[in-house]
Amino acid sequence: MIAVFLKEVLDNFRDRRVIINTLILSPLLGPVIFAIVISFMASQETERMQAPLELPVVGAEHAPNLIGFLERQGVIIEQPPADPEQAVLSEEEEAVLRIPEDFAEYWNAGRPAPVEIIVDRSLRYTGTTIARVNSYLNSYSAQIGLLRLQLRGVDPGITRPISSQVVDLSTPTSRGGLILAMLPYFILITVFMGSMHMAIDTTAGERERKSLEPLLINPLPRWQVMAGKLAATTAFALATLAVGLVAFVYAMGFLPTADMNIQLSLDFRVAAWAFLIVAPAALVAAALLTILAAFAKSFREAQSYIGLVILVPMVPSFWLLVDPARTETWMTWVPLLNQNVLILELVRGEPVNLAWIAACLISTGALALVLALIAGNLYSRSRLIFNSD
Amino acid sequence: MIEAKQLRKTFNKGKVVAVDEVSFTAHDGQITGLLGPNGAGKTTTLRMLYSLLQPDSGNMQIDGIDPQAEPIEVKRKLGVVPDSRGLYDRLTARENIRYYGYLHGISKAEIDRRIDRFAQVLDMEKFIERKTEGFSQGQRVKVAIARALIHEPKTVLLDEPSNGLDVMTTRALRGFLRQLKAEGHCVVLSTHIMQEVAALCDRIVIVAAGRVAAEGTAEQLLARSGEENLEDAFVKLIGSDEGLLA
Repeated sequence: MIAVFLKEVLDNFRDRRVIINTLILSPLLGPVIFAIVISFMASQETERMQAPLELPVVGAEHAPNLIGFLERQGVIIEQPPADPEQAVLSEEEEAVLRIPEDFAEYWNAGRPAPVEIIVDRSLRYTGTTIARVNSYLNSYSAQIGLLRLQLRGVDPGITRPISSQVVDLSTPTSRGGLILAMLPYFILITVFMGSMHMAIDTTAGERERKSLEPLLINPLPRWQVMAGKLAATTAFALATLAVGLVAFVYAMGFLPTADMNIQLSLDFRVAAWAFLIVAPAALVAAALLTILAAFAKSFREAQSYIGLVILVPMVPSFWLLVDPARTETWMTWVPLLNQNVLILELVRGEPVNLAWIAACLISTGALALVLALIAGNLYSRSRLIFNSD
Repeated sequence: MIEAKQLRKTFNKGKVVAVDEVSFTAHDGQITGLLGPNGAGKTTTLRMLYSLLQPDSGNMQIDGIDPQAEPIEVKRKLGVVPDSRGLYDRLTARENIRYYGYLHGISKAEIDRRIDRFAQVLDMEKFIERKTEGFSQGQRVKVAIARALIHEPKTVLLDEPSNGLDVMTTRALRGFLRQLKAEGHCVVLSTHIMQEVAALCDRIVIVAAGRVAAEGTAEQLLARSGEENLEDAFVKLIGSDEGLLA
């Protein structure tokens, strides 16, 4: 069994493609994509919040005081386009403020004076702009309302039966965790990428080069042959995971987390915990891919099966992304989902819950063992040995 | 010593009869040839002997061990060169052989000592340290033989050993097999080439359509068929010339 393990490791180390793909490209791909996406999102967000708001206004002459207020707040009032609706639709402008002719009339009568903010809400990035324009208008509106009430000798407080305040308990670290929702997927996928080539080479590859039959004539039980192969595949998966995690730790260092007022807790201590949590998933990945590849007659056939299975770890990740539920104990008993939620807990900087981690290790380990047992029995079928049958 | 009695093997739930009824005996210190046209059931018979296939019925013994009951034990006694040589291209010839040595639980020093001896006997010294990618058929067969015999088995099975070999390599191979015989090994080879059995084998087992058509020494077969040469005897004994012209 150890001989099988050593031979498979040596054999695959000789293949430069495998080394580049498994140990360099696949673990680095995740952190690099992740870092680029996050830093792009971050810079866009800060740009939008801090850059002066440029606002084209139609009918600025109807409300000179409002315009004056906006300008004092730092808004740059621009000449309106000829056709505001068209300009917004064609994305020339994000938002246009329209002050109708009868604004002054309403205003003087003490009735709510209408203004229109013309936007296209289907453009995701307009959210920030709408919020900013609204907040300027609201603060002007509140200020004037206050003055009007005071003029009439009424306590302005009477208009605010409820004073709501958001008490934000999120620490900077946990806000960072929200942005990192995709991180577990990128970490989990490394074990699948890392074991893919090896799983194919040791099974379908062995059949393709017709070396399986001579191999099985050696005096050792077939499950041991499979165990050696699985161990080698798992070792590669773990190596990929380790390289990937280290890369993530370094990639996080380049992120403009300070600008985003968040702190991502992904240091080597967290990475070590993540490694422990994902380690049993490496065996799951290795066994699952090996089972699939063992049924394939050739390298190519195996690759086409495995391409689909690689999507499996995406399911819990995307579910959590769409429906970011609070971690509950049952989740930690579901393999692959538990890796997701626990990594999220970790990067959010929550204290380590040992019971959850134990649940994760036990359930994923059990699944891994079941898959490994299935894989171990595969070579008892003569159909999987001879190409001709 | 191999004793096979009434071996039968079918595939596809009995629809395809690969081996109908094969019985033969192969003795130590002799070369026994399974001669038959393609598809006669030679490879399937050998696969049952080295326990990769389970016979539907019949029984066999290799040095007193039943492959069905003790598959691991029988593999220790056997050296097998199957039809598919299946070397690992990224490993050198030496590493290929060494791998099998490890699988047999032999120490590294002992393995390397035996490899050096094989390299000399089989004339592999020039390519023993090279990766097997791009090896010729002859070189591959030599590596496969050394690999199969690394644990010094008493009984040696070879499936179509001279397939794809040139004249010189075939001669070298025959010399090596005779040497094994002289050392007292029980050697069984399957082939569809008549000259091979005529030149090499002490006993000939003619297999056709999954059955043993005749068994004996070359002289006995000639006498039985009443023919002058082995080729005619062969045709007469299997009742057709199918596969012989290939």
